[in-house]
Amino acid sequence: MAIDSEVLVVGGGLAGLTSALAAARAGADTRLVSYKQSTLRHASGLVDVLGYTPDGDGPLADPFAAIPDLPDSHPYRTVGVDTVREAMALFDDAVPHYRGAHTDANALVPTHGGTVKPTARYPAGASAGVASDDRDALLVGFEALPDFDAPQAAAHLDAAGVPFDVRGATIRFPGDLRTDAKVTRYAKLLDADGAVPVDGRERPVREALAERVNAELDGEARVGFPAILGDDDAAGVREALADDLGAAVFEVPAGPPSLPGLRLEDALFDALDAAGASFETGNPVVDFDADGGRVERVFVEKNGARIPYAADQYVLATGGLVGKGVESDRERVREPIFDCHVAHADDRYEWFDDDAFGDHAFARFGVATDDSLRPEADDGSTEFENLRAAGSVLGGYDFAAEKSGSGVSIATGYAAGNAAAEETR
Amino acid sequence: MSDSQQHHQFDPVAPNAGEDFEPTDVFDDSDDFDLRPGADSCYKCSTCDTNCPVAEVKDDFPGPKFQGPEQWRLKRRDDDHSVDDSVMDCSNCMRCDNACPSGVPLSQMHNTARGEYVSEEMNKLSVEYVRNRLLANYRKSAWLASKLPRVANAAANFGPARWLGEKLLGVTAEREFPDFATETFTEWWAAQGGAAGSKERAREARERRGEPRDADKKVAYFHGCYAEYNTPEVAKALVRVYEHFGYEIVVPEQGCSGTPMFANGMLDDARRDAEVNISSLADLVEEGYDAIASCTSCSMAIRQEYPELFDIDGVDEVAANTFESVEYLRIHEDLEGELGDADVGDDLAAEFAYHAPCHARNQGLDRQAVELFGDLDGVGVEDVGDSCSGISGTYGWKAEKYETSMEIGDEMFDHMEGADGETGMTECPTCAMQMEHGTGYDVRHPLELLEAAVVA
Repeated sequence: MAIDSEVLVVGGGLAGLTSALAAARAGADTRLVSYKQSTLRHASGLVDVLGYTPDGDGPLADPFAAIPDLPDSHPYRTVGVDTVREAMALFDDAVPHYRGAHTDANALVPTHGGTVKPTARYPAGASAGVASDDRDALLVGFEALPDFDAPQAAAHLDAAGVPFDVRGATIRFPGDLRTDAKVTRYAKLLDADGAVPVDGRERPVREALAERVNAELDGEARVGFPAILGDDDAAGVREALADDLGAAVFEVPAGPPSLPGLRLEDALFDALDAAGASFETGNPVVDFDADGGRVERVFVEKNGARIPYAADQYVLATGGLVGKGVESDRERVREPIFDCHVAHADDRYEWFDDDAFGDHAFARFGVATDDSLRPEADDGSTEFENLRAAGSVLGGYDFAAEKSGSGVSIATGYAAGNAAAEETR
Repeated sequence: MSDSQQHHQFDPVAPNAGEDFEPTDVFDDSDDFDLRPGADSCYKCSTCDTNCPVAEVKDDFPGPKFQGPEQWRLKRRDDDHSVDDSVMDCSNCMRCDNACPSGVPLSQMHNTARGEYVSEEMNKLSVEYVRNRLLANYRKSAWLASKLPRVANAAANFGPARWLGEKLLGVTAEREFPDFATETFTEWWAAQGGAAGSKERAREARERRGEPRDADKKVAYFHGCYAEYNTPEVAKALVRVYEHFGYEIVVPEQGCSGTPMFANGMLDDARRDAEVNISSLADLVEEGYDAIASCTSCSMAIRQEYPELFDIDGVDEVAANTFESVEYLRIHEDLEGELGDADVGDDLAAEFAYHAPCHARNQGLDRQAVELFGDLDGVGVEDVGDSCSGISGTYGWKAEKYETSMEIGDEMFDHMEGADGETGMTECPTCAMQMEHGTGYDVRHPLELLEAAVVA
């Protein structure tokens, strides 16, 4: 016996979540298993489609227009631009607090380092911060939160030539949380509008924070904060601060651990729950049984116990080199669960470029697939007829250089999930 | 000589890939805990910190990344650093384990650090130590109380006694002690004929189900302390459900799983009971039994904490053959099919506000009850979200931790009150205490609902 479903998705990142959502909405009995908690809380929460061409041209104004010119090996070419659009529509429907769907054009969103990132979708909390807006901005950082250096980020933006005046100020967060207080501590306090001691008196934290920012504000029409403005009630926190400041309020997306990523994770799991899918995290898929060209079942390992999970169709969405969906040693590069073929040079000194920011072969390591996203062996034959791959486990593209990681995950996740559900009918 | 001065000797173009490559053994083979290798896997993403329910509400708690990898790196250089006392503010919810993308054994580090702190830093004559030792060894007090349950119930919740408990021992007077059952589970079990009676009933069930009379279906039940002394109805439900599916049950000699002892840094106490548990379970596993537990913290301890912390003969075999009781049935039986034909009467035909215990999460069980009962007629099970209940076993019983415990629990209380039903559901006995304490709801175990649905 085994724990059964029609479609089993392995992996809990953006690709896994999207493919499970697509399969469940297409009517399949769907289950998602993820080794660990979703890696979305490592993500900035910005959802890009394509920011630069593989040759480095960009930032691109229209990511969709550039897709047909990508190399044949690129996952976007496998699924086609129409599927990319359908997939983004699914995302927009599932995550209502995201913006950017009104246009094909990329938005330019300031990051916590003061760079400007081209992105197709962004959280509502970042929308007042876009760089194409010409209103002047004040960036506010907190002394005890060194990850966001507001004056430096402002100087970077200024040097990048943004069409507005931008200034940075560092203040003490009211209540003086400990030096390395967690971002969730700030968020929870702001969510609850908890009382904090200020000058010997207990004050609601939102009001006390606005008062300190007001002292710095010099007529700017918008104020940017590090992304700690609430978790469950982020919109309420922004609104309260905006009222007290008389200025628009936005969050500057951050590195890990990232609340915008965490909120995106929550929204996608809620959508998955609403679509009737099952999901569980905490233990890895380590092995499988196959019969002929079909995967029969996979095994989830819990401290030595191997729990069988069986399905009709499988989606592999375990991530790339960072997510451990692709692994390497001195000899070879491999996909660790099904041992799907990963093309690479025999000599490992050809896997990378000597220039740190050069054109690294490893950045494009991953499985190659047929038109239906089924991984292919070295000789071009299908590895397993009921296994599809989605997201960073796919090869043939460099998401870090192109700024295409989220879009490829969503598009291939959607296509793999739909195709898997189709097969179960 | 620093690394940078040696840099010119490193030639990336001509690697030493020859036959004479000898990997260096960086870490010596010693029996002492050395968690540096695990600490080195930490790349400081801080995801664990975003999962810590204590750090979310408590300003002076530095969080799991500090308690784990950072502390072990600092301690690597011999005796310069003792374990920081903030480790006692960790509630051992173990959520950080599930968060780490890099496989750092966080809770193992915390358990080890806490053990070292208690054994080397804590005054053995302090009220805190005595109180913690008493709480950690709940089984001993429960055993005593079970001898005169009615007297114990009255005495424990006698107002002045609770006041004294707080003043003298630092056990919060805010909570009511759980009732002791007038008959323990094992007393009931003996009256049912024990293993022999179970074997007979299981055979009859197999015949009724059209399975071979001698089918190899046998489990060893680890009931834990709470189902023994406080909620024997949960253990009885397990027995009836398993026998319904044709399983022969044995109830081996057992002590505490160790969960409250780990959380209080009493590793010697935990080891003493672990030796008893592993010894009796290992023999049964050898005979072909699988072990099951109805408490998710007990199954967690046997599956994860034992092999991480104790080098006892058979520990890995026992861990690999231990399951949570409903999980085991999901793997081996067609529960979905059976529940599809079932309906539930009486007081269990209700809407439940379900809370997933933190210790169920790492076992991948946090959605099990919601999924399992999703299509059961007459019943609704609503997940009240992924927050921690805040009690964490003995943690919320400590007077100085009570406020933190309730602040963590707030989110769960809110979500419970927002849910349709007015009955709670969870697998964990102390989460159940907290749910009841915060909302006044009656709280049931999934096994009780399963019994109502499938056992005629």
